Amino acid sequence: MDVVTSVKPLYAILISLVTVALVLARPNRPVLREIFTVVSALVTFAIVLSMLPWILQGGILKYHLITVLPGLDIALRVDALGMVFALTASFLWLVTSFYTIGYMRSHYPENYAGRSVDRFFAFFLIAMASAIGTAFAGNLFTLYIFYEILTLCTYPLVAYDKTPEALYGAQKYLVHLLGTSLLFFLPAMFLTYYYTGTLDFSTSGILAGNAPDGVLVITFILFIAGIAKAALMPFHAWLPAAMVAPTPVSALLHAVAVVKAGVFTIIRVVLFIFGVDLLKDLNLGYYLAYFAAFTIIAASLIALRQDNLKRRLAYSTISQLSYTILGVALLTSSGIIGSVLHLVIHAFGKITLFFAAGAIYVVTGKTEISQMNGIGKKMPFTMAAFTIGALSMISIPPVAGFLSKWYLTMGAVEADQLALVAVLAISSLLNAAYFLPIVYRAFLKPAVEPGEQVNIKEAPVFMVGALMITSVAVLCLFFAPSVFLDLARMIVAAM
Amino acid sequence: MTEHLPVLVIIIPLVLALIAPVAGRLNRIYSWAIALLATLFSFVGSVLLLHQVMYSGTISYWMGGWEPPWGIEYVIDYFSGFVLVIVSFLAVAVTIFARKSVADEIDEKKIPAFYGVYLLFIVGLMGMIVTGDIFNLYVFLEISSLTGYALVAMGKRRKAPLAGFRYLVIGTVGATFILLGIGYLYIATGTLNMADLGARLPGLFNSKLVITAFAFFAIGFSIKIALFPLHTWLPDAYTYAPSAVSALMASTGTKVGAYSFIRIIFTVFGVQVFLNQWVSVPYFFLIIASVAMLVGSILAIAQTNIKKMLAYSSVSQIGYIILGVALMNPIGLQGGLLHIFNHALMKCALFMSVGCIAYKTGITNIADLKGLGFKKPYSMVAFTAGALSMIGIPLTVGFVSKWYLAMGSLENGMWYLIPVIVISSVLMLVYFWRVIDNIFFKAGDAVKMPATPASMLIPTVVVAALCLVFGTLAFIPVNITGKAVLLLFG
Repeated sequence: MDVVTSVKPLYAILISLVTVALVLARPNRPVLREIFTVVSALVTFAIVLSMLPWILQGGILKYHLITVLPGLDIALRVDALGMVFALTASFLWLVTSFYTIGYMRSHYPENYAGRSVDRFFAFFLIAMASAIGTAFAGNLFTLYIFYEILTLCTYPLVAYDKTPEALYGAQKYLVHLLGTSLLFFLPAMFLTYYYTGTLDFSTSGILAGNAPDGVLVITFILFIAGIAKAALMPFHAWLPAAMVAPTPVSALLHAVAVVKAGVFTIIRVVLFIFGVDLLKDLNLGYYLAYFAAFTIIAASLIALRQDNLKRRLAYSTISQLSYTILGVALLTSSGIIGSVLHLVIHAFGKITLFFAAGAIYVVTGKTEISQMNGIGKKMPFTMAAFTIGALSMISIPPVAGFLSKWYLTMGAVEADQLALVAVLAISSLLNAAYFLPIVYRAFLKPAVEPGEQVNIKEAPVFMVGALMITSVAVLCLFFAPSVFLDLARMIVAAM
Repeated sequence: MTEHLPVLVIIIPLVLALIAPVAGRLNRIYSWAIALLATLFSFVGSVLLLHQVMYSGTISYWMGGWEPPWGIEYVIDYFSGFVLVIVSFLAVAVTIFARKSVADEIDEKKIPAFYGVYLLFIVGLMGMIVTGDIFNLYVFLEISSLTGYALVAMGKRRKAPLAGFRYLVIGTVGATFILLGIGYLYIATGTLNMADLGARLPGLFNSKLVITAFAFFAIGFSIKIALFPLHTWLPDAYTYAPSAVSALMASTGTKVGAYSFIRIIFTVFGVQVFLNQWVSVPYFFLIIASVAMLVGSILAIAQTNIKKMLAYSSVSQIGYIILGVALMNPIGLQGGLLHIFNHALMKCALFMSVGCIAYKTGITNIADLKGLGFKKPYSMVAFTAGALSMIGIPLTVGFVSKWYLAMGSLENGMWYLIPVIVISSVLMLVYFWRVIDNIFFKAGDAVKMPATPASMLIPTVVVAALCLVFGTLAFIPVNITGKAVLLLFG
């Protein structure tokens, strides 16, 4: 494997931060702010993309910044797994930046030129920088720092509306995420450091043979409990609470950046800190897999009963995140491939669903599913995209969700866990049970008032454009998943 | 002149302390300028001294040329040099901060006298650091204590004199214990030089006199550093003192007390006796420290006054320092020493940013901080940086010392101390977040706040920024404290 020193990953992070400075330096200039945001998203994506060929050849990029303490470095590293996350996040960020502009323009028209929206974009950009930082973190310490920054800078976004519910939801968000990471994640990292003297990622894990079994088990439990961003039950309550945020925040942060940073961290810990062999020896993978299976089913059951669209999507996210955890916890090659693919595919599908929910809200002001009769006739593009996203969640071909589910199922079979195969099947049924009625309502049920004229009234073009792009991407990923599949295979091959 | 530097950093501020009130008669600003001059001189001198220690090793200065143990010896090594630089630096920062803050909070006529007493306080602290003589230590301790009582009593609020008086009564009891301890050691050994005591005491550890002496030191210093449950003087004193005094005392006062206590434990008594003979003593302090860390934080949660909240938070932070000491292993002690440095920076930043809000408004209630984040952005960001440091988020100084304390605990096999450290940190998250939430996320009334003068804002922001700088470039304090620990474990 070729390891090369390169500043590119640092640039990918810094671009957004420089943009923050620019946005704040020129307050109350909405057009300028829009240009800055879009250009920085484009540049970030371009930088990430420019690193892709090297990674696909099996290379690795590294950049060392500072040694804080011996063994505690701030360093960046781009490998296949990091590339998967960075590619997903930076592409979706580009799409979302358009969507956000459309949403904020039409939802906060009177404040749009004001400083509060300036700050909104600033925090959004910081969140993006820290998501890319999480992807490119060269060791657990760096990852932890970006993980915490992500929590802190998304708090103002969740609390953005400053209503009592928003403040309460944001508080819950912060207490869950910061509390667990200080209580569990940090001590777990400390134990790892104490016994190994390093926190660098290694494809064979760093803990094997370095610590007594009891410590390893405790460390593992602390890690899993500490990474609450992955929303594994019982540490999931922050996610529905955070749905009070404006929809672009929910979409990007709670379908892509924040939650994916969580499962990404879990994958990092499982594969690169513990290592597949060690977890197999300790038999911990199965416990985690069954824990995830419980979350998959339980969250789907709760989702069935939600009438608020965003809340239903939130519980669906909780359930889908556990697919990723389940896949990696199986510790088989298909399971890991499925897990990595699901990280990407779920991001595309879920962001489409959130975009659609936001578009409906902006146009009609409706948030409850029971109000959405006949909405497909008014907003055909939005609801078509929604349907594609929903099919991806249910995992029906020819939508990308099928692909990751396929690999996950194979992984469960490889691991001889037929019960988990059943869990995956039941979950698909449950997904169908809570997504299809929405589609049915939107297209087939008449609107409440029979005499009402059905006019096509779509959301602003920035928003509809964004959700069309992501829904087409979901379809494309089914037919041409090669980049992500290759990257996933490389991760497995390196083990 | 440089060979006299160890004494000059004390003498020059001492002389200037006497000139300051007189010069203040001509123009009030002169007394402040003299205070600034004195602290700046001490700071530059301290940096030069530490620099010299790094190149040519420990400096031993014989007062009047009298050879120790007969004469008084001043010792500058990695430990004292390090603490000296911290204290003198923060003294400069607080002095710059003090000009406007004190003019606002203290009666105009008292200002010249204030700066005289203020300088004497700093002289006392610096003297405690450099001296290698145990009786001389007591003299400087009394200088800093007596001036400390007076400084607290100068607060604007009606309760300030009462708080000062309480501090005086309790503090004097503590000082008396220390004096008795010194006397007993003198009876037992016939010497007052710390190094000489360190050489003579082994072999006397079964003597009841020596055991009593240590017990007296332990109680006396526990009072002086406000170790739980002897902390009762501290919350009121920090709350009602003028902002500048709170900032200076909270960041340096108890730290220097802790420094002297560590000197007594490691230089005078020596680590061996605690590892071999008096093994229950470290355990006792471990328990006390753990309780202090938790109870201090819990009491801080209950406060509505932000200065009082910070004061209780100090009680828990002292627990961290003593925890590091009581672990009696090098890495734990290093955590304790780092925490002296770190806590000094964080608390100074926090108290100064609170002082910035109180300027011209007198606001100290947490509930009144609503919406201030956008009215006073710089001081509130400084406060947030200090708060994150206290919680121990990585890349802040607070993280580094907690990391070493946790390593020291595991080194002793005391895994159960890690939950104590972690829970105490989470409690800090609770009480600091409550404040930050008020500052940035609650809407306040539309009252306009008076502008904060740059002379207050700049030191606040600089010290807060240092919390992040030394959290990132942590190897600088870690290297120096590492050498100090080697010295103490000798």
